[in-house]
Amino acid sequence: MNAPMPPANGGCRTAPVLKERGQREVFCGLTGIIWLHRKMQDAFFLVVGSRTCAHLLQSAAGVMIFAEPRFGTAILEETDLAGLADAHHELDREVARLLARRPDIRQLFLVGSCPSEVIKIDLSRAAERLSQIHAPHVRVLNYSGSGIETTFTQGEDACLASMVPVLKDTTARELLLVGALPDVVEDQMVDLLTQMGIGPIRLLPARRIDDTTAVGANTVFALTQPFLGDTHAALGRRGARHIAAPFPFGEEGTTAWLRAVATAFGVSEAKFDEVTAAPRARARKAIAQASEVLRGKSVFFFPDSQLEIPLARFLTRECGMTAIEVGSPYIHDALHGPDLDLLPAGPQISEGQDVDKQLARARAARPDLTVCGLGLANPLEAEGLSTKWAIELVFTPVHFYEQAGDLAGLFSRPLRRKSVLRLEAAE
Amino acid sequence: MKLTVWTYEGPPHVGAMRVATAMKGLHYVLHAPQGDTYADLLFTMIERRSKRPPVTYTTFQARDLGSDTATLFKTSCQNAVDRFNPQAIIVGASCTAELIQDDPAGLAETMGLSIPVIPLELPSYQRKENFGADETFYQIVKHLAKPQDRTSRVTCNILGPTALGFRHRDDVEEITGLLSDLGVNVNVVAPLGATPADIAQLPAAHFNVLLSPETGEAAARWLEKNHDQPFTRIVPIGVGATRDFIAEVGSIIGKPVLIDESRLRMPWWSRSVDSTYLTGKRVFIFGDGTHVAAHARIARDEMGFEVVGMGCYNREMARPIRALAKDYGVEALITDDYLEVEQAIETLAPEMILGTQMERHIGKRLGIPCAVISAPVHVQDYPARYSPQVGFEGANVIFDTLIHPLVMGLEEHLLTMFRDDFEFHDAAGPSHHGGHAQISSNLGASGGDISTQKKWDVAPALDNVVWLSDAEKELKKIPFFVRGKARRNTETYAAEKGLSQISLDTLYEAKAHYAR
Repeated sequence: MNAPMPPANGGCRTAPVLKERGQREVFCGLTGIIWLHRKMQDAFFLVVGSRTCAHLLQSAAGVMIFAEPRFGTAILEETDLAGLADAHHELDREVARLLARRPDIRQLFLVGSCPSEVIKIDLSRAAERLSQIHAPHVRVLNYSGSGIETTFTQGEDACLASMVPVLKDTTARELLLVGALPDVVEDQMVDLLTQMGIGPIRLLPARRIDDTTAVGANTVFALTQPFLGDTHAALGRRGARHIAAPFPFGEEGTTAWLRAVATAFGVSEAKFDEVTAAPRARARKAIAQASEVLRGKSVFFFPDSQLEIPLARFLTRECGMTAIEVGSPYIHDALHGPDLDLLPAGPQISEGQDVDKQLARARAARPDLTVCGLGLANPLEAEGLSTKWAIELVFTPVHFYEQAGDLAGLFSRPLRRKSVLRLEAAE
Repeated sequence: MKLTVWTYEGPPHVGAMRVATAMKGLHYVLHAPQGDTYADLLFTMIERRSKRPPVTYTTFQARDLGSDTATLFKTSCQNAVDRFNPQAIIVGASCTAELIQDDPAGLAETMGLSIPVIPLELPSYQRKENFGADETFYQIVKHLAKPQDRTSRVTCNILGPTALGFRHRDDVEEITGLLSDLGVNVNVVAPLGATPADIAQLPAAHFNVLLSPETGEAAARWLEKNHDQPFTRIVPIGVGATRDFIAEVGSIIGKPVLIDESRLRMPWWSRSVDSTYLTGKRVFIFGDGTHVAAHARIARDEMGFEVVGMGCYNREMARPIRALAKDYGVEALITDDYLEVEQAIETLAPEMILGTQMERHIGKRLGIPCAVISAPVHVQDYPARYSPQVGFEGANVIFDTLIHPLVMGLEEHLLTMFRDDFEFHDAAGPSHHGGHAQISSNLGASGGDISTQKKWDVAPALDNVVWLSDAEKELKKIPFFVRGKARRNTETYAAEKGLSQISLDTLYEAKAHYAR
């Protein structure tokens, strides 16, 4: 049994954390809609917000998916601000119109925004009311994706947490896997666990509402994403038990994650090795190739998605990089602890952000690679720092064995590109 | 409350950012919640700017709302002034901050800053991005412009170009050269590239060139009224408009102007025989009012197209566009709802669209070629090459832009003659474009399109008109770029004749009826 070795110099779990407050260069939780609406094929996300919210969704997507998307913004206008009763009335009308046009929609999420929360439009009341009107065909839930409440990936957390109270009860011993993954990755994950004889396996979010995801005191759950703190708590309230594990990035992370699940289900060592040996070997080989240019290089993470700590663990332990600073919007010990245990001591761990101060630290450290948001990447490149835009890590299949090489490749590509370009003027 | 999927314009504070980002030595302190920083990427990613926009966001969170967001604003404001050392700041609120009513302007005034503080009132729940830019630039000019003597030589200012503008970088260069050829020097270009100190110098010019009415008109009108500077009404996009603009400048400076047109290739390109196939192409034009008006004239008078519809998304331009549409004998579509625009395009079935990134997507969905002529645009419409829209070179560039999406003359004939060639079939698209076989079915860098079928192929016939199978088969032999029109014309013809079925004969009778 070769569990991952904790680093010789101690991990980062008890390292002092630099907590900062100031300008945050991050997306708000509405951004999660971009991938959630593709994942849940019978869901529509209706943001109750402003023109800014609509503009964010359009800009953050980078590309516009121009088949009519399953999301939209009900833009508040001056009259909605004047009378909230009217706002509810207007919302009912817009929802009715939307559902009439899209009979394929089975679940509707009313998504709160900064303005809707400041003027206190009670979306949970609206969701209840609309559920009664449109039941049983459509289930209406609500959550907040606002910037005053959520940072980027916390939007997915809030969405999934809103689904937990309405999941059916079960007393069966089932494995619930939590977090929106690309379908191809999800299939690989389920396949590996099924080969080990683990089941029944349920998914949150399910691809469609009719799927049989349920929860109860005998449910054990594993998180596939490190930003699901509220969902973790909500499942705990339903009696489900969390399997703590490093997140399934890279060969080592994937093995540790699978092993934690396998242990909870009493899978034998022989069976575990039989199922994982081949993909582990493939993953190691792919990482070795893709990480060649990463070895010995330094990396600096700006806070973005809460993926930073597990990814720093992957880059330092499996790709030979040194972390200078690992910034995360929030650090949640129950979720990030196992990865922090494995992350070799040394980097500054930081939580929150004061972007100008953090930029000053990055400029002083001159890391070989800076992982940051889209607003900062080109300006830092122009200053000669290589960057990896963080949002791609959320939009690309990167979990589990078969994507481990791709994950390393996402980080190595900017460095490879820098080395192949010959654009400087002759001396 | 209005359900919106895609928007043509952002909120007004994004307009203010376009002005701040265009300028130098100016900083914008924006009272805004976490997440509004997304707007930085419009500039750093879409426009590929190498510097962060000069904007400080206060980034308030829910827990601040009960306590003291006003202090947070003041702290952010002081930090920004200390760190960036601007010549002036503009202060304002985004949509959420507007609701908490902290009054950033009042707060900033109490801080005793030694630099000018320009307050912005941008009503987020009523107005949009272009208004925000126009109003911001106007406020900056109003606060900073100083009365002074005119320059001894004849000079003008160029007003309106901003960050994220459509080809503003190159338009400034082209129009500066054109003015120089007319013997007029440029005093200040603003906002693009101007400092607050430059803004103070605006009244030294003899007149203003209003390059972008959407973002500069309020300032131009204020300067006209308060500093007695006339401004140009004609935006020189297109051959005719450029010549008119030159005459307008001549009348303002009171001298006859002569100009060398040898760089202007567009008229010959349009007269040359290869361009014959452009004659009467039915085009639909949509975008901001200024570009739509310019392109309507180019389309009809300089390309020989037929304008079958036009409209704009900025209500500020509704009046002139309605009047113009009347001249062209078409209905103006004034809307910021892209679904309405799509509906109009589908109904009119044009052979080509001149539009924004939205219309490009609509075109993709409907299988209609589209040339992009107006903001908002994607990253690929910020070209590395010199690509102005104004002046003589602008006219040359526009000719190329408008023919690029089309199937070329002889190729069009060959497609008609050999319809079933396995490589050279109509779904292949123009041969000078890559990726022949399929309509893009995935998320490309150019903006995704997940529709896999062109709508014309599945569009249901009008109610109670049935296509007989031989007519349907014949219709499929018609090249894709005219099939939509043929289908529509035939159905209209059948409806007019009271026919309930379309036969092969009906198809060809309709063809003869609409022949031109």
